[in-house]
Order: sequence, then structure tokens, then C-alpha cells
Amino acid sequence: MKYEYKKEPELYTPIMMRIISKRDLTPDVRFFQAVPREEYKHLDFNYKPGQFMMLSLFGTGEAPFSISSSPTRKGIFEFAIRKTGKITNKIFELKDGDMVGLRGPFGNGFPIEKMLGKDIIIVAGGLGAVPLRSLLLYIMDKRELFGRLIYLYGAKNIDDMLYEPDFTEMLQSDQLELHLTVDKGNEGYEDTIEEGLVTHLFKYVNNIDPKNTIACVCGPPRMYKSVVKEILKYNLEKDKILLNLERRMKCGVGKCGHCIIDYRYTCIVGPVFTYWDVIHMRELI
Amino acid sequence: MRILKLSKKDEKKLYDVLIEFGEVWAPVSKGSKYVYGKIEKKEDLIIYEKCILPIIPVKKFLMPQDFTMLNFTPSKYSIPEEDIPTTVVVGVPACAIHAVNILDKFYTTDYVDNYYMKRREKLIIVGKSGLPEENCFCHKTNTSIVEEGYDLFLFDLGDYYLVWVGSEKGDDIVRKGSDIFSEEVPKDVSKKFVEFRRKKSNCFTNDVDLEGVTDLMELNYNAPFWDEFGEKCLSCGQCTMVCPTCTCFNVIDDLALSAETGGRRRYWDSCMFKDYSLVAGHHNFRESKAERLKLWYTHKLKAFIGHFGSPSCVGCGRCIETCPVNINIVTVVEKLKS
Repeated sequence: MKYEYKKEPELYTPIMMRIISKRDLTPDVRFFQAVPREEYKHLDFNYKPGQFMMLSLFGTGEAPFSISSSPTRKGIFEFAIRKTGKITNKIFELKDGDMVGLRGPFGNGFPIEKMLGKDIIIVAGGLGAVPLRSLLLYIMDKRELFGRLIYLYGAKNIDDMLYEPDFTEMLQSDQLELHLTVDKGNEGYEDTIEEGLVTHLFKYVNNIDPKNTIACVCGPPRMYKSVVKEILKYNLEKDKILLNLERRMKCGVGKCGHCIIDYRYTCIVGPVFTYWDVIHMRELI
Repeated sequence: MRILKLSKKDEKKLYDVLIEFGEVWAPVSKGSKYVYGKIEKKEDLIIYEKCILPIIPVKKFLMPQDFTMLNFTPSKYSIPEEDIPTTVVVGVPACAIHAVNILDKFYTTDYVDNYYMKRREKLIIVGKSGLPEENCFCHKTNTSIVEEGYDLFLFDLGDYYLVWVGSEKGDDIVRKGSDIFSEEVPKDVSKKFVEFRRKKSNCFTNDVDLEGVTDLMELNYNAPFWDEFGEKCLSCGQCTMVCPTCTCFNVIDDLALSAETGGRRRYWDSCMFKDYSLVAGHHNFRESKAERLKLWYTHKLKAFIGHFGSPSCVGCGRCIETCPVNINIVTVVEKLKS
């Protein structure tokens, strides 16, 4: 055969990590912290906000999960996982000290180098706050490298709001313009959390310089259209609107085929796409 | 390139040379069809005049239909030690070698798939140019001639085979078989070769017209005929199983009865299956059969060009032969053009 190729370390073999802590964010979303086992400590575990990893529970299977921690806080990997199927049910049975397998990081992640110096609008819906937390923490940790930071977050109801105490605390911060909303039922939280869809928070987003702003969006599939419509009102160029999308994946490395859209594998060229990609590549959202 | 002659009277001795290099596999008949089977004695190695397209193409040597990637306990795993035999596969048509070239590109792009490469390095391909079958349309996909990807390639020129040596491994084989491979190629070989090519060209009966289909796929993205095909499609996935360039796989964990140990299995999957694009929360990105059919044809005829510069259909016609409800490249292209 003619193709020259470089042997990779085994692509499909996970690194074993130990669960060191967990807590419930909502009734069905649990937050996990994992650290690589001693023998892997020499490896470079750098990653970008927006990347994902394949999490393995031997005997149950493997699935992709967004990394929720920031690479600025090295050594610990954080995930927030909703209990929704076979693998995630099993993940909820994990105890501190239990071992999981992780492969990655995979995917393109957010183009941080292009975002430096820019004003950033982050729009999260529901579980979209998981990958966007990685970006949020990254920007907060390197605050001087970015311009304004606007963060809009919408959840279904108060119970479903992820990282809720953290966010409420952040409302006091002068480092970001944070606005929270729930679709329905903000009784008792009227001072901090609005009622209505996340699009309704755009009334607080003013004086946007379209030339110098990048918007990052992640949420359930049905949320993208309405949010992008709001962002376009600020005259942002289509490639300045970044969407973090989801697909079925079995490998994470462009081989199993499941995440294909046109000829592009979401695990390689995504999961972060521009709005231009969305218009250009049918089937994206 | 070295070009040699193998007399037909020495044809049966070919097996003795090849078996020195590894297991010999070739098309063997099974009912009215053919499969690649292991050849145990030299009489069974038959070189057919026609192109033989076994039901499952050469990919079966390179990515087994089902294999164990890892063995595990709840907290540890290991990669199974496999003794992969060197395999010499004989009688591989040009289109199938094009397909292997596509697989090579696919499995070495972005990330290198070691499970594939381990097997690829152990595969020796002895190609053979044959006369086309009824469904063949490699003359329309530019895959009826092959320039690389084989170790040896045979042309049937009457009372001898012209043997093209395509790799170092191929060169080892002809050196080993120096008593049957001769440097003395007859003087009229060019004339014979042109005659053979002309005869082959005249044998094609499938004249599906692929000109412009890439753009037509785009123009017909919302055409109603996709739904008509969708209604007929059985989602059986046979088209993807027999396609020489389909690579999709699924991965699942199997547990032993003890529920403590098990294996992670990788097996062929199909984009025709309903749960192919299903994600958490039961959101299915390709719920309808029409969407899944469209994905396959888009990937074969258009999308692959964006990724690798050429379509991934090599014109073997297996989908025409196999689809139980007559959804295939010919019927799809007909609709695209109407």
C-alpha cells in the first residue's frame, strides 16, 4: 500500500480516570470530577473549551460528553451528565473512587485564538451550559485577553438550572453581564432569574459592536433558529456566530460514520460550527 | 514498472508460489454467486475470464464484520493479541482495488485506524482485469483501469497473462516464481493489449450516465422522488454491507455471564438503520428513510469528492444486484436526470 502514515498511540483505547467527586446539579443532571490515574500523569492533557471526550464504562459502553471544565484549571476533568439512557443510568451509579475510561479530547472546540480581544456573547439553553461553562471559565480565568463578556442562560425551570448557585453568585460580578431566565416559574427568584425563553434576555444585550463581537450558542436543537435570529439583529457576520452541536458518535475520530453531515464528520470539524456552515451544510440544525 | 508474462500452461503453478507468502484466497462459487474463500489446493484456484464480484467485497479482509477491540474487567482492559495471517487475495478486479485505495485514504486521514492498518499490511492483492458483468459500470466511474494499490495485476491476453508488478511485495512474488514469470513478453503485446481493452469496453451493458450527478444531487435535494424511494426502502442495509467503500461501524460492550468481564465489539453498521443518527433524549437527526437514503447517495456521489477528491462509488454494481426493492444507482440517477 502506498500511503505513508504515522502510527498513532492506540486510538480506541481509553485512559483510566478516577472519579474524585460528584454532586447533583438538578434532579437528573450530575456533575463529576475525574483525574487521570497515576500512570498517565506524564501525558499532556491539554484541551480547548468546546471539545468532548468519549467516556467508557466497561460492560455498558461508550458515549461522547462535552468537557465542562476549563483547560486553565489543569489536572481535573469535569463533566455534567443527564440521566437519559443506558450508559448515563450506569454513570449515575458511579461512586467516588470508581474508575472510568476516557478517550480524547476530540473535536475542534471553540476557536479561542480568533476570539482574543473580542466581545463575547454566550447563549446557553438547558444542557448547553455544560460545554459553555468550559468557555465561560476559560474567559474568566484569562479575563484581560477578551472584551465584554455577556452570558445569557435559559433553563426549563428553577430545578433544571445548572450550576445555579455559581451563577447567582456571578450575578454580583463586574467581570461579566450575566442574565438568567427560566421558561416558567421563577417564584421566589424574581430578583435574579427572569421568566420567559432565553431569546427574551436579548433586551439586555445593547451597544454591540458587530465588527468586534463573537457569539457562542449551545442548547437543544430547537433553540438555535430563534437565538440566531436574535443575534443576526445585531448585524453579526454569519461566521462570527458559533454553534456547538450534537450528533451520535461511536468513535470520535472520523471513522464510525454516525456523526456525518454532508462529507464532514462532526467529531473532526465540529462540534463547533459557524452559522455560515449551518446555511451551507444542510441538515446541521 | 516491471511487466512480465505468465503462460496459461503455468497457471496452476501460481498457487505454489503464492502459498509461500500466506493464505491464498480467491472467488469460489456459492450457489449462483461467488464469495472470497480460502483456497486449500491448487486445483481450486480458478482465474475467471469475467470480473468476479463476490457478494462481500475485499473489505472483509481489512475490517472484519465483527471483532473484539478490547477485553475488559470493570477497571482494566487489554487489547486482544491477534495473529493476523498474511493473506494473498487473487482475482481482484480493478474497481475493487480502487475501493481499497479509497479505504486506505479514509483510514489514514485525520487519525490512523490501527485495527485497519494491522490487516492492510498483511494483505497482498493479485488483481485481474476481467470482462464486465451485467451490472458493472466502472467505465462510467473511471475505475475500470487501476494504476496503484495492487501487488500484482493480471491481464488475460489469450494464451498468457500479462503481469504488472505494482509493489515490492509483488516483486518478491515474481522473483520467487521466476520459473513461471518470464521476462520475455511477446512482441505483439501492444496489439493484443489494445484488442483486450476494446473487447472489454464493448462488453459493458450498463450505460448509467453519471455526468453531472454531483450537481444534480444538490439540485434535487428536496425533490419528491426521495420520499417515493423512502416509502419502498426496507432499511435492510444490504446496500451498505455489499458496498466496497462503506465503512460505518457500531461499537457495543458484551458482558460475560459473570457480568464482570467482557469485550468491546466493533461491527458493521448501516446508515440505513433507523437509530443511525439517534442521540440522547430520543432526538433522531435522520428519522425518515428518505433522509437516510439521501445521506447514502449524497455521500457516495457528492460528499466524498469534497473530502477526498473523487466519488466513493467505484461502479461495481453490487447495490443493483442486491437491493430487494430496486433502489440503486441506476434508478436514483434516472430520477435525478428526469
